[in-house]
Amino acid sequence: MQHNKLRLSSIVEWGTLVGTTLIVCFFLVVIILEIVAKGIGSLSWEFISSIPKEGMTKGGILTPIIGTVLITLITALFSIPFGVFCAIYLNEYAENNWLTRTIRAAIRNLSGVPSIIYGLFGLALFVQTLQLGTSLIAAGLTLGLLSLPYIITTTEEALMQIPNSTREAALAVGATKFETIKDVVIPSAVPGILTGVVLTLSRAAGETAPILFTGAAFYISDTNGYINQEFMALPYHLYMLSTQHQAIEEVRPIAYGTALVLILVVFLLNLSAFYIRYKFRKNEN
Amino acid sequence: MKTKLSAENLNISFATKQVLKNVSVEFEENKITALIGPSGCGKSTLLRSFNRMHDLVPYAKIQGSLKLEDMDIYSKNVPVTEIRKRIGMVFQKANPFPKSIYDNIAYGLKINNLPHDKSVIEKALTEAFLWDEVKDDLKMPAHRLSGGQQQRLCIARAVALRPEVILMDEPCSALDPVSTIKIEELILHLKEKYTIAIVTHNMQQAQRIADHTYFMYLGEVKESGPTQDIFENPKHEMTKNYINGVFG
Repeated sequence: MQHNKLRLSSIVEWGTLVGTTLIVCFFLVVIILEIVAKGIGSLSWEFISSIPKEGMTKGGILTPIIGTVLITLITALFSIPFGVFCAIYLNEYAENNWLTRTIRAAIRNLSGVPSIIYGLFGLALFVQTLQLGTSLIAAGLTLGLLSLPYIITTTEEALMQIPNSTREAALAVGATKFETIKDVVIPSAVPGILTGVVLTLSRAAGETAPILFTGAAFYISDTNGYINQEFMALPYHLYMLSTQHQAIEEVRPIAYGTALVLILVVFLLNLSAFYIRYKFRKNEN
Repeated sequence: MKTKLSAENLNISFATKQVLKNVSVEFEENKITALIGPSGCGKSTLLRSFNRMHDLVPYAKIQGSLKLEDMDIYSKNVPVTEIRKRIGMVFQKANPFPKSIYDNIAYGLKINNLPHDKSVIEKALTEAFLWDEVKDDLKMPAHRLSGGQQQRLCIARAVALRPEVILMDEPCSALDPVSTIKIEELILHLKEKYTIAIVTHNMQQAQRIADHTYFMYLGEVKESGPTQDIFENPKHEMTKNYINGVFG
């Protein structure tokens, strides 16, 4: 009797865990299948290499692809140095006092702030106060701000993984603190830092809200991508095609194609993060 | 006999906890001196104060005089990197840099602006009894070496800088008996050129390699003398109990 009861409860436990996992996977698979099924038809070299035509009912999505690439670059240029240096300061130099703990807690909290708030902040600071206007640079800096807390947190975690004995090894042969960090600590932490950076950038590339008020355009006709002008971006293009366009039914295939391309871009970025991790692990062992 | 390294009336505390109380020790040139005592007695703390490893700990308070020959180790006029170049250290757990075997040796030479061509690397690895095992794999990541080889690489890294003193903090505690014997042979060989201070928990090891031994207990030096005297004729009851394994 006791035995049966145990068996029953373990089946229930196992079933609950497996069941919830399967349900989550089911929705994930359905979403991806739906986008692939409806988007694959629009996907072609033509689609990703030509600009939108005839009020965006024809043509491709080259302009938003260029915009997304450029804005991700600006985000990276701004957030990587600031984020990584800040994490190095916090983990390697800052004393463990209330000020450091407050800064760290504030950074953790910032990563929980909704992205639309970043959009409004970017509008107030970059677009208006700093007079950058709605532009690639203003939106890139806004996404950079959004990315900072993630990059700081993941970099700090990567640095924390480096045991103190590694730092002592360098100090013991006469390295200064700066040399220790530059030559031993950071090279050891690179896989962790890079993984965090790539995952953060892939998240930033897919954000819509922060670029909504700071630079994303409904439509622009040239693909030159000037830093002080508005731009098209994949997530905003998708949002606009799905909800704002006057011929919603007509542009639906393009919207699905855009969604598929966006997912592929993010997927490729994530894949490269896994690859970096795998490569460094292999080198270490 | 010339005293190479010494501490006089050394007191060290971390925050409110006093770890060393009025410790005075002397390490003679070209001799091996062992520091023994139960865990927490302060022997590692003492060892690490000689190459200023406590500088990293903001709440460490160090009082007393530490000298390398006549030079004050904590003098503001001497850069800490200079001290660490002259007083090398080997740690409890082998901690090679995440670099190749070659670069593990070359790194310390480079940052100290010393020549670091292949002959220098070869000499250091030979001196640490490692050259024959790694001469064909110098570009291999040091992490792929066995534990014992890694520890000998760390010794080679310290030796390469031609220090005057080598501090060893339980260098064999993570190694198997065969690797341990190899390292002990190496240490005995190194004393011809260097002054060696070694912390060990292994009583046989202390007897096998050390010329002098200090027994420490709760932050104080309880007894010291030639190793043979300490082990065969301990003056204190506590020393006797410790080396016979009554407590530890």
